[in-house]
Amino acid sequence: MDDRRGLSRREALLGGAVALAGMADSGAEARAGGAAAAPGRAKSVIQIWVWGGPSHLDTFDPKPEAGQNYCGPFNAPIATNVAGIRINENLPELAKIADKYSIIRSLTHGNNGHETASYITQTGRTPGPGPVYPGAGAVVSLFKGADAGYKGLLPPYIVLTELQGRFAEAGFLGYKAKPFATGGDPAQQRFMVEGVVAQGISEQRQRARRDLLHRLDTFGAAMAGDARVADLRQCEEQAYDMILGDAGKVFDLSQEKDDVRQAYGRGTFGQSCLMARRLVEKGVPYVTINYPGWDTHKQHFPAMRRKLPEMDRGMAALISDLSQRGLLDSTIVWWGGEFGRTPAVQWEAPWDGGRSHYGQVFGAVLAGGGFKGGQVVGASDARGEEVKERPVHPAVVLRSIYTQMGIDPNAKLPHPQGLDVRVAPTTLEAGGPVGVLREIM
Amino acid sequence: MAQAGVTVQDPRPKASTEAAAPFEQAREPVPLCKLDQILFAELKRKGLKPARPCSDAVFLRRAILDAAGTLPTAAEARSFLADKAPDKRARLVDGLLAREEFVDFWTLRWCDALRVKAEFPINLWPNAVQAYHRWVREAVRADMPYDRMARALLTASGSNFRNGSVNFFRAVQSKDPASIARAVALTFMGCRTDRWPRARLDGMALFFSQIAFKHTLEWKEEVIVWDQAKALVPKAPRSAVLPDGSRVALSAERDPRFAFADWLTKPGNPWFAAAAANRVWFWLMGRGIIHEPDDMRPDNPPSCPALLAQLQRELASGKYGLRSLIRTIMNSAAYQLSSIPRSTGPAAEALFAAYPVRRLEAEALVDAINQVTGTTETYSSPIPEPFTFIPESKRSIALADGSTSSAFLELFGRPARDTGMALERSGKPTAGQSLHLLNSSHIMQKLERGPEMQQLYIEARNTADGIERLYLTLLSRLPTDAERAAAQSYAGPSLTKAELVDLAWALINGPEFLCKH
Repeated sequence: MDDRRGLSRREALLGGAVALAGMADSGAEARAGGAAAAPGRAKSVIQIWVWGGPSHLDTFDPKPEAGQNYCGPFNAPIATNVAGIRINENLPELAKIADKYSIIRSLTHGNNGHETASYITQTGRTPGPGPVYPGAGAVVSLFKGADAGYKGLLPPYIVLTELQGRFAEAGFLGYKAKPFATGGDPAQQRFMVEGVVAQGISEQRQRARRDLLHRLDTFGAAMAGDARVADLRQCEEQAYDMILGDAGKVFDLSQEKDDVRQAYGRGTFGQSCLMARRLVEKGVPYVTINYPGWDTHKQHFPAMRRKLPEMDRGMAALISDLSQRGLLDSTIVWWGGEFGRTPAVQWEAPWDGGRSHYGQVFGAVLAGGGFKGGQVVGASDARGEEVKERPVHPAVVLRSIYTQMGIDPNAKLPHPQGLDVRVAPTTLEAGGPVGVLREIM
Repeated sequence: MAQAGVTVQDPRPKASTEAAAPFEQAREPVPLCKLDQILFAELKRKGLKPARPCSDAVFLRRAILDAAGTLPTAAEARSFLADKAPDKRARLVDGLLAREEFVDFWTLRWCDALRVKAEFPINLWPNAVQAYHRWVREAVRADMPYDRMARALLTASGSNFRNGSVNFFRAVQSKDPASIARAVALTFMGCRTDRWPRARLDGMALFFSQIAFKHTLEWKEEVIVWDQAKALVPKAPRSAVLPDGSRVALSAERDPRFAFADWLTKPGNPWFAAAAANRVWFWLMGRGIIHEPDDMRPDNPPSCPALLAQLQRELASGKYGLRSLIRTIMNSAAYQLSSIPRSTGPAAEALFAAYPVRRLEAEALVDAINQVTGTTETYSSPIPEPFTFIPESKRSIALADGSTSSAFLELFGRPARDTGMALERSGKPTAGQSLHLLNSSHIMQKLERGPEMQQLYIEARNTADGIERLYLTLLSRLPTDAERAAAQSYAGPSLTKAELVDLAWALINGPEFLCKH
């Protein structure tokens, strides 16, 4: 409600609630009965979280025919290596590998508030009474983490580089499902992962300090046998596996050849993509690249001229590299933000060619992990303002990802109050079962 | 590279009477009040042995951390340890209850229970959060009797920017009467209604079904009012059913919330005083007599019913002043037991045979590290229009808004404040927390560049003096002979700044600093 009030104050958008009923995928296998999902082949997810809301028109759903008031200066989309699919002209590298990913052009949830929309896209649920649900990363780390036999020394859910925050990523799953945020900047000379790499402390000093820590632990000796003190010790040991052991070496990007680092782009985003590939190689089940800078209310087009080439290079290099290493089949790359941006350009001051929040229709990209490439799911109308065919709720994307990961979307989550909560919603609030993206599975 | 993190020979001290010496007194605990008589008799009946009384140093640290979320300073430690008066513990408690940090810290605890946070998922605007926090803080500062506080929150009307207390209703995730009733039951009755028969919840919801939320011309302001015109179910009932099954007459001239508050706060209510007394005990002892503290139900009885009953009597005789109850508990021998158990196992834990060890709250931990190093945190709230400005001098325990951005607080288990449930706050250690404390630039910069560390280095006359100052600053006690020797041999005859930093680092990363004990 507040979000809609927000619209009337900030800038009027197309009003009205989305006809959610149309989204029910009655033909799809809803499995409300709880039958097991087919085992998926995906082992990891790399989520490129395009924070702020990327314009669907200026990325994977160009509308040059709608005219300058819609497409702005981007009126010459380019053909891809898949006949009939065209994308923004600033994405030439991605255009060369369109056969490796599929585009969803008909996502919709109708919400225009960052927090609420982020929550919907990452949990499949609308905030309301009852529990605060965990996002996809928390769910995957629960089902693929330590309790499920994950033996890796790296945390099962890693965010590059800052927490998404404020959406209670772990929800009611709590501390166990929270991500490890690396901090630091992979584009720097040395990627200073917070806690793993400490500048100016030699390995010798690390070992001497640790020995001192143990020598001075009188309280630990007095409390021998206490479970809480034992927990602290175990955590300390795990931490040293990262600090002094081999586990932490994964963050050393200087181990990569220079031309590889160059191919991804030398900026923070490109090197984050490279970092994500290294983590997935080590078996980390969920990596989020938190990619800020897409909330372009003002001066949208100059911002896109900076962002799109960087995104193009990093994301294309990631998909190609995964593919060459035989990892794409087991790794889902999921690109998307919380919503799209208003198709009609706001030329007037103070926006001066800006785009606002738009949850009525927006896009996402899925590659690898068993998802087919070279497909387009759904369509928006001629101006990208409404869904024209095959409305897709974010819950459908999540159910599809879980299914490919071999996680039963109808499995129960451990709820502190014992409530019956499933991995993904089985029905939409407006009614009807939630299906999967069967076209690309 | 050598094998990861494997220490060939464990250099840790061994468990012994010597190791326990800094933490406990070499005598048996003696009952000091009614609470002790009840608890110690129950322990005896179960064949369990209470721990020894904690040492003065441990008491000082524990009491300030529990009452004020704050670490004692080296000066406080020196003077408390030197004080020979027999009533020094009681005087310390009195002093603590008058401190501003006491107000901040107990406000923080109440704000966890009352879900004081901005925006997501409840869309509460930051200035409403500030008003709500201010109201709670004022109630704690003035020691508003708890029955009055509950009544004020339950019957409040007005603008949520101007009368902070109305945000009790506004900060519920959903505004339907049943959701409000759930929050009321959790907060004031210690009950999770998902375990209730539906009819009981529906009966209770009726009392909250005429609350209306009205918008004003001010951005995101809401006015909470009693809307007489809102239909009740069944229509225009003459009476309503309370959670204990009794009926209360309703009148069209009176907001039904008052009828509920009358019943709730009346002496003899089976939930209200028990939930409050149990909650205060839980906050001080780390575990409720009813465990979990917000899961009161017939099949989850108190571990020691007589103890809970006595606490309720203390609460009533103190006219529901929480400071009085806190004082009584902190002055008890039960609260002053050492953490080193002489009986172990679930029964001993449920009967508080030793003071339970637990990690400092996220806010208290970062404040403690800041205090010893003389540094601060930079907090901001990312919610636009208007930005919430938080001065550098603000301590973390005094933060109003549960959604203030902080990677540290997130990492160390700050509650999301979504439900108000006690288990939202986690003291569970994780490897990520260890990484941060052991090796992050955040902590290392505080140690290397913090002005208090520099001051300590300048003032230390020699290595031995530096070590003593470090122990008093970080652990509120003097080092043992064995600790002096170990620290001396690390530092050598002259103490360099890097060695001082390493010694401070080693103490901060030990369980004695990280935990309440």
